[in-house]
Amino acid sequence: MRTICFYFQVHQPYRLKPYRFFDIGDDHHYWDDFSNRSIMRKVAQKCYLPMNALLLEMIHKYNGAFKVSFSMSGVYLDQLEAYAPDVLESFQKLVATGHCELLNETYAHTLAALKSKDEFQSMVKKHQEKIKKLFNGYQPKVFRNTELIYSDQIGAMVAEMGFEAILTEGAKHVLGWKSPNYVYCNSIDPKLKVLLKNFQLSDDIAFRFGNKGWEDYPLTTDKFVKWINDVPEDEETINLFMDYETFGEHQWAETGIFEFMKALPEAVFSKTNFTFSTPSEVAAKIPPVGKIHVPIPISWADEERDLTAWLGNDLQDEAFDRLFEMEELVKSIDDDDIQRDWTYLQTSDHFYYMCTKFFSDGDIHAYFSPYESPYEAFINYMNVLSDFMIRVKEKISEKKASQLN
Amino acid sequence: MKVLMFGWEFPPHISGGLGTACYGLVKGLAHHHQDIIFVVPKLWGDEEPLADFVNASDVTIDYREKRFKKFWKNLTYLEVSSFLVPYLGPDQFKKYTDYAIHDRTDVDESVFSNKFEFSGKYGKDLMMEVSRYALVAAHISKSKEHDIIHAHDWLSFPAGIAAKEISGKPLVAHVHATEFDRSGESVNQVVYDIERAGMHAADHVVAVSQLTKNIIIKKYGVPASKITVLHNAVLDASIIKSSYQKKVPEKIVTFLGRITFQKGPEYFVEAAKKVIERDPNVRFVMAGNGDLLNRMIDRVAELRMGTKFHFTGFLKGDDVDHMYAISDVYVMPSVSEPFGISPLEAVRHNTPVIISKQSGVAEVLNNAIKIDFWDIDSMADAIFALLHYDGISKMFKELGTEELKKLKWEHVAEKLVTVYQKTLSQKP
Repeated sequence: MRTICFYFQVHQPYRLKPYRFFDIGDDHHYWDDFSNRSIMRKVAQKCYLPMNALLLEMIHKYNGAFKVSFSMSGVYLDQLEAYAPDVLESFQKLVATGHCELLNETYAHTLAALKSKDEFQSMVKKHQEKIKKLFNGYQPKVFRNTELIYSDQIGAMVAEMGFEAILTEGAKHVLGWKSPNYVYCNSIDPKLKVLLKNFQLSDDIAFRFGNKGWEDYPLTTDKFVKWINDVPEDEETINLFMDYETFGEHQWAETGIFEFMKALPEAVFSKTNFTFSTPSEVAAKIPPVGKIHVPIPISWADEERDLTAWLGNDLQDEAFDRLFEMEELVKSIDDDDIQRDWTYLQTSDHFYYMCTKFFSDGDIHAYFSPYESPYEAFINYMNVLSDFMIRVKEKISEKKASQLN
Repeated sequence: MKVLMFGWEFPPHISGGLGTACYGLVKGLAHHHQDIIFVVPKLWGDEEPLADFVNASDVTIDYREKRFKKFWKNLTYLEVSSFLVPYLGPDQFKKYTDYAIHDRTDVDESVFSNKFEFSGKYGKDLMMEVSRYALVAAHISKSKEHDIIHAHDWLSFPAGIAAKEISGKPLVAHVHATEFDRSGESVNQVVYDIERAGMHAADHVVAVSQLTKNIIIKKYGVPASKITVLHNAVLDASIIKSSYQKKVPEKIVTFLGRITFQKGPEYFVEAAKKVIERDPNVRFVMAGNGDLLNRMIDRVAELRMGTKFHFTGFLKGDDVDHMYAISDVYVMPSVSEPFGISPLEAVRHNTPVIISKQSGVAEVLNNAIKIDFWDIDSMADAIFALLHYDGISKMFKELGTEELKKLKWEHVAEKLVTVYQKTLSQKP
C-alpha cells in the first residue's frame, strides 16, 4: 500500500494586549480581544471558511477516498466558540463525514512536555475533553505535540497515555540516511508508532508554492504527482504536514493554492498508485521498520529543527521558568479565571515572540509577531505574569484564611 | 539690561532639561526686571510671553552681504559630520526624525535672500541647523539692540560667537552639559571643538555645577577665574500630593531617565539584584528609553529577576508624576551628570533619593544618600536602608523639602545679573 497522509495544524494564540507596569495589580484582563477577534475573522474569511468548504466538497466528491486530518489547539477552539461559530460548525460538518480525523494535542499549545509531565498530561486530557464535547464524543487516537516537538521521552509519556501514534518532523539530523516515508516506532516504548513529516514535499506546498523565485514555480499537480512517483516503490507513506493557514493566508488565493488542492486527488488517483489516509490508518496499516532514536527534542521550526525558536535565550528562559514555577500553586486553586489565564499564558507563541535568532534577517518570526521587538514581547509578558503571580498568591492566602475559619 | 539670549528649545516644546533650565532662568531674570531677547530656532507660538521671542525661522537673511559670506565660509565645515545626534541613539533618532524631519528648502548662494525653516530638534541635519542658526544670529545681533549676549550650550555657541563678532558685545557661554557627560571619553570631535571655541570666545563662562566647572577647566583649558558656578533651581518647590495609588503590595524603587551610558542604568540593575536577594518584596522599575534599553532587558532576564524588575518605556505627562508618586526610593546613578533635575522632582513627591556623587545636584541636595555610581554594594545598602529604616526616609522627606524651597530661580537670576555686570565692567 502507498498512501499520502495530510495533517493540518490549526492554531491561533490568545495574544496579550499592551499591558503596562501601571496595570500590574489593577487590571486582570490580559487578552487583546480586539486583535484576537479581528485576526480570527480575517483568517476565517481567507482560509478557514473557503478551505473547509473545499475539503467538504472533495470528501463528498471522492466518496471518502480523499481524507485529511486536523489538530486544533484548545486555545483555537476557545476562540472559534467566541469569535467564529460559523467556522466551528464547518469543522463539525467535516468531522461528521467520518473522513476527517482529529488529533489530540495539548489544550494550551504549551511547551509543558519539556518541563512537567504532570502539566503536560493534564493539558492533553483537557484537550481530549474539549474535542469530545465539541465533536459529538469524538475520541482521538493519534497525538501531535506543540510544534511537532518530539523526543524519546516525550514519546514515552504519550504512549503511557494510550495513544497509538505520534507525529513529528522528519528532521535530517535525526534521520541521517533514513527516509521519512516509513513508519517508525518510539525507542523506549515500541507500541507507539512515529509518523515523520516529509519536509521536502510538505514545504513545497506550505512555503514554496507561491514563490516566483523558486526554480520549480509554478507548482502544478502534474509536477507534484511526478515527484511522488519518483519516491522509491518500497517507501509507503508520504506525510504532508503543514499549517492549515497555508491555504489562503500564507499562500494567498491568488497563488492558485485552492485550485491546486482541488485538482490534486484526481491527479493522484489517475496517475499514481497512491491513496489518501489519515494518521491512524497509516499507523494501523503500515508496519514499522524500526525504532527512531531522538534523545534531544526536535521540532518542525526553522532550519535547525530544534527548540531555539521558543526557548534558549535569556528572555525566553526567564519567562518560561517563572511561569512554570507557579505550577504547583496554580494546581491547588479552584478558580476558572486563574485556570484559564494559566492555560493561555502557556501558549508557545508568547515565547516565540521573544526569539532573537533572526534579528538581522528579513524574517518569518517578525511576520507572526505582534511586537516590534523580542524585548517588547518580554516586557509585556513579564508585566502580565507579575500580575498573574499576585493573583495566585492572593487566592492562596484566601484559601488558607478560609481553612483556618 | 538688555540680554540677547540664544537657546535651542523652550517650553512647552522641549525634549530635554535644557529648555526647562532656560525657562527657569528667563523667568528669574524677568523677576529682576531684565529685558531678554530670546532666540530659538523654531517658535511654536504657545510659549509663555516672558521675553521678546525671536523665531530664527522667520528671519530673512541677505546672503550677498560680505560679512555673512565670511561666516558662512567658516561655518560650512560643520555640515560635514551631519549624522550627529547629541541626545538620542541612532535607533531612537530614526524613529524621532521620521516625524521630526521637515521639508527643507536648501539655501543656495545664488538665491539672494532666503529664510530657513529650522526644525529645532536634535535631528539629522543638526550641524547644518547649528551653522545656519549662527548666520541668523549674526543678522539678529545687527538689528536688535542689546548689552550682552548669553548662549546656552554648544548648539547655540556658534550663534553667540557670530553675534559677538557683529555687535562687539560681551558673550556669556552657559554650559549645561559637556560632550564628556554625553559620550564619556569617546567624544565627538566636532562638538568638542564647538564647545571649546564657544568657551574661549566667551568673556565669561557659567557652569551648572562645580563638577562641570572642573571639567571645563581640565578638558577645555578655561581658566578657573573665568568660570562661575550657578546651580539650577526648581520652578516650583511645593510638595506634590498625588491621589494616585500604587496597585502592588511591594515597595517600588525607581530609575527614571534616558537609558544611556551617561545615566548609569547598569549599576541600578546590578544593585537591584543584590537587594532582591535579601528582600524579595521589592519591585524595581526602569522608566525611560535609550540605546542601552535592550541590553538592560537582557541583563534582567539573565539575572532571572524579570518578574521583579519592570520596564515602562518612555513616560510622559501624568505617568511621570504617577511614577514618582508610587516610588518608595528614587535612584539616580549617573556616571556623569552636570546637574540632574529629576531627584528634585522626586523630593517634591516626598520620595527619598539616592544620587551619585558624580552629579551636580549632589552639590545642592544634602538630604539624600550620595554614592559613587560604580559602587553597587553601597547603592544596594542605601536602597535597603531607605526601604526598611523608616527613620532615615522620614528625615529625608522632611528636610529634603525644606532644602528645595531654597533652590529658587530668582536667586540664580540674581547671581547671573552680577555675572553680567562683572563681565560688562571688565569689557574695555
